[in-house]
Amino acid sequence: MNTIVQLLYLGASTLFILGLGAMNKTESARRGVQLAEIGMLLAVVGTLLHHEIVEYHWIVISIVVGAGIGTAMGLFIPMVKMPERIALSHAFGGLAVALVGVSEYLRHGADASALTMTAVGFEVFLGALTFTGSLIAFGKLQGMVPGRPVTWPLHNVGNLIAVVAALALITSLVIAPTPAAFYAVLALGTLVGITLVLPIGGADMPVVICLLNAYAGLAASATGFALGNNVLIICGALDGGSGLLLGMMMSKAMNRSFRDVMFGATGSSAGAAVTVGSAAPAATAANVGTIDDAAEVLRAARSVIIVPGYGMAVSQAQHAVRDLAGALAAAGVEVRYAIHPVAGRMPGHMNVLLAEASVPYEQLFDLDSINDEFAATDVAVVVGASDVVNPAARTQPSSPIFGMPVLAVEQARSTIVFKRSFSPGFAGVENELFLRPATMMVLGDAKKSILALTHALKDELKLAA
Amino acid sequence: MSVTLIMGLYVFVLAVFVGWQVISKVPHLLHTPLMSATNAISGISLVGSMVAAGSGHDVTTTLLGSIAVTAATINVVGGFLITDRMLRMFRKR
Repeated sequence: MNTIVQLLYLGASTLFILGLGAMNKTESARRGVQLAEIGMLLAVVGTLLHHEIVEYHWIVISIVVGAGIGTAMGLFIPMVKMPERIALSHAFGGLAVALVGVSEYLRHGADASALTMTAVGFEVFLGALTFTGSLIAFGKLQGMVPGRPVTWPLHNVGNLIAVVAALALITSLVIAPTPAAFYAVLALGTLVGITLVLPIGGADMPVVICLLNAYAGLAASATGFALGNNVLIICGALDGGSGLLLGMMMSKAMNRSFRDVMFGATGSSAGAAVTVGSAAPAATAANVGTIDDAAEVLRAARSVIIVPGYGMAVSQAQHAVRDLAGALAAAGVEVRYAIHPVAGRMPGHMNVLLAEASVPYEQLFDLDSINDEFAATDVAVVVGASDVVNPAARTQPSSPIFGMPVLAVEQARSTIVFKRSFSPGFAGVENELFLRPATMMVLGDAKKSILALTHALKDELKLAA
Repeated sequence: MSVTLIMGLYVFVLAVFVGWQVISKVPHLLHTPLMSATNAISGISLVGSMVAAGSGHDVTTTLLGSIAVTAATINVVGGFLITDRMLRMFRKR
């Protein structure tokens, strides 16, 4: 029986790796997910044969309840809420792992080997940390917790002490397990999750979400070590590796190190920089245009590159943007989209929103493949983005975002920026792009502005015809 | 160090390498579906949760295990459904 269980787990692990492998192409990605689904089914069937399981009714009830909630969430969560959903699911993952750890301690705590006890310690610490950290991230994305960095004196030192204390307690558990030490590890994990994520600002959310993904993975791997279960170790490693890799890509795209993101509390330091070039004269010097002005610029264009940012997600303007692109294309204009890797609140955020609006993915270009094209483009249309198009990242060594790869929209013949206000982006950095003579600022809700603009363009087309 | 630990570490390290190779080939375009898919896969903690919920040890472990099974199942079912929903939207012109 045990051999069958192990073989099922081996099959599941193989299918997970093959499934993720198939996600390297859009054409094969769905099949990959189906392979992973079969893998999960094998793992669940294998577990039902596990010798330690003696009663099934609670398992069945819980699976039915979970499947019901999961189905509802899977079918009805809108695409703009995807970062929130990902944060929430990390929280569920962390919760499950932490609870399994506690139950493991209750069942085997007295006679656990050193290995098992160490693994359970890490499992509980990382699980609890992922749970509360993800809830705070969710709260920040939802606006229930302030999105700006929340800091207090010596918060980094405090976190470090808490982590060291947790490690010491885990060591003490291995030597002589006491319930007090065990629950202290659980409590420290819960606390560190909160104090680690609260000081991190909204713009750094893509990296934080990736890191929480990595922690969730490591916690699952720790569970695997505790239970001597390879499929858990493998899945945890895949999940952890993926989170770490994506997080590194995101930090690279922001020209920040992990250390800066986790311990830097940006926004507080960058916030000070904002006051140097105060916002008031900016508003007077900028070239503020109306919808009709923007329509006139676009009417003369032969090529347009659209640059979406988090503002597009906030005002849910993706369908309006697609219609604008459609109207331009109908008039013979070449339209492409430039997607910055950290535009939005998680990796690939803009791609998903535009896909939801049925924008064909061949029109979406990433930073490296389109940045040289701006110079040969008539109009760059920026929708709710600021930091990812800030020329200061290339020209001003004093800027907090200096060195971050940005989209060179200012090289286009002219630039139209749709933005709610002149307020700086989430990194709190002034944007000189908005003051350039070749930049037209259209202020207001992006969705409303773009709908009106599309309307204006279509009317002109009809008149011309 | 025990043999179990060494074998576990082997599996872990090799899986990290394989995962790294596989995931670095996923294009930027699909990074959100990728996160969502790895999320669903990490619902594998369902395996540990089921053992906890079904071990019949005592009320507390059964309760904790059942909550864990529910949370993990939400991730598995919700994660796979939403990944597929996203991937269906990615289309050519």
